[in-house]
Amino acid sequence: MPTERIPEIGSTVTIQKPAFNSILSRLKEDGYLPIGPRLKDEALVYAPIDKIEDLPQGVSTVQKPGYYRLTRGKHMRYFDIIPGAHSWKQFLFPSRAELFKLQKNGREWERLPEKEEPVNYAFIGVRACELAAIQIQDNIFMRSDFTDPIYQAHRKRVFIVSVNCTHPSETCFCTSMGTGPRVKDSYDLDLTELDDVFVLTIGSELGKRLMTGIPFEDASGYIRTNVEHKLEHAEQQMRRKLDTTDLPELILNHLDHPYWNEIGKRCLSCANCTQVCPTCFCWDTVDEISLDGQTTGRARVWDSCFNPGYSYQAGGNTRPTIYSRYRQWMSHKLGTWKQQYGTLGCVGCGRCITWCPAEIDITEEVAALRNEVER
Amino acid sequence: MSHSRPTLAVYKFSSCDGCQLSILNLEDELLALAEAVDIAYFLEATRAVKEGPYDLAIVEGSITTQHEIERIKEIRQSAKKLIALGTCATSGGIQALRNFADADRYADVVYEHPEYLHYLKTATPVAEHVHVDLELWGCPVNKAQVLDVISSLLNNRQPNLPPYSVCLECKRRNTVCVLVDQAIPCLGPVTQAGCNAICPSMGRGCYGCFGPAREVNTNSLTTILKKMERQPGETARLFRGISGYSPIFQDAADAILEGNKVAK
Repeated sequence: MPTERIPEIGSTVTIQKPAFNSILSRLKEDGYLPIGPRLKDEALVYAPIDKIEDLPQGVSTVQKPGYYRLTRGKHMRYFDIIPGAHSWKQFLFPSRAELFKLQKNGREWERLPEKEEPVNYAFIGVRACELAAIQIQDNIFMRSDFTDPIYQAHRKRVFIVSVNCTHPSETCFCTSMGTGPRVKDSYDLDLTELDDVFVLTIGSELGKRLMTGIPFEDASGYIRTNVEHKLEHAEQQMRRKLDTTDLPELILNHLDHPYWNEIGKRCLSCANCTQVCPTCFCWDTVDEISLDGQTTGRARVWDSCFNPGYSYQAGGNTRPTIYSRYRQWMSHKLGTWKQQYGTLGCVGCGRCITWCPAEIDITEEVAALRNEVER
Repeated sequence: MSHSRPTLAVYKFSSCDGCQLSILNLEDELLALAEAVDIAYFLEATRAVKEGPYDLAIVEGSITTQHEIERIKEIRQSAKKLIALGTCATSGGIQALRNFADADRYADVVYEHPEYLHYLKTATPVAEHVHVDLELWGCPVNKAQVLDVISSLLNNRQPNLPPYSVCLECKRRNTVCVLVDQAIPCLGPVTQAGCNAICPSMGRGCYGCFGPAREVNTNSLTTILKKMERQPGETARLFRGISGYSPIFQDAADAILEGNKVAK
């Protein structure tokens, strides 16, 4: 029987699937903009959602290196389709952010007031790997010695509904990176989808408050076991592995290995891997000056270490070849990142594998480099 | 103020006028542009012509006749700075297809009286004939880029011309990769950005009208595109399209065509 109680933080309950609409309505009443998985251009993207019917019910994907296709009609679940073309970083670290606008006033430059108000996002369906990626970007943008005001303004307002992955894709390798498929912490509500109900764990005071008045039942032992089985099954399903043994050293001690050149022959240097990566954070600034020279603005835009202009400086490009740019990316992600931020920069989401037109697979390249080095 | 305004001249050579129209399509900024520069010669916009020399000449179109060779030299002499506008002016445009074929045969097929025509065997970019200060690619050009370049000249700063590929623009605007997602052949990974990824955002593959990006890997893209060809020869035709006469795309198409010969 549904109860009128409020679930405690840390407790696990079940709700009927249509009741998820009440959660979305409640979020909107509280001033949040719910963002969740939706279909666009034959792929899963994150976009505003109003109701559960907006979610891609019954959709899965087939993902391989350089290959992404939707499949339909094999189940009726809403959250079975794993993360798609883009990541949550587009909301916290927008691909373009206005930094300032100035207007000339006589001989002085006057700063024009900022128009953009930060949005209260509610992220619906954040996977364990994606949560780990957000924590990595928190480390980058909200350091104790310097905090990025744009990132922080969005980040501190975010409400997170995480989702446990029960059907990872072929390009996933979160178990290797220790990030998933099970969500551990840092959520407001954590959701596992079973065929008939949503299982929710309450993770915060905000999450608890949101559940007030929403009909729920305590999760039975049977339900909890079922969730456990599904997560264990998901872990076993994950075939792709990245061997992290000696990882910073394997790469950093072999920066001159000829194998990098082999990757460089295939790499397009197109930057797709860095743009779909939920942790990559390179950016550039562009100035836009009006014709009359009276107003000017500066914006921050996504950039990439694969952009030949990225490491251009007086005297030329310090990474003038494609292989040197690929090496820079991988040796940062799986090497110097650790010295810089204490963790590796990869969460095992597999996006860089799926969305690489040249089918370059970071797990296979690490394995191949390891083989070459040990030969 | 009007005395110190730099003078602008806009010229047309062999082209469709689309790039000049992109300047006129600047609608919201057109009045500001007319204030910032003195539009001295722009026949597509006004019959009123002021005598040169001019501070800035913008040239649309490729060089396809003997007369055009002479005319572009005169224009160069009367202009302090010269911008080649659009892919016809930067790499010959679609009419440069004749560079890989017999122009006389094309003329015979198309015209009843080809003897009336005066044309060169090739359609060539402006830079093959005179010094060009800056090339703005695109079929058509991105009008925002035209404005940015004029603004950069007026304000003595570097224009924002990206050296990276279209892929970065797709990702910035959240366009899903059509190549990975729908197996649509796309030159985006080797094509210079600047168009704001307009074709992939409409569900089409990039056809390379902004020309090659800097330091690209056309070999690898050829391998990828050949696997997804919908008709035989599609990849070579893609490279040999609008920007097909640019040396990098020319080499890419030649490599495929020569490879086919060897395979046969």
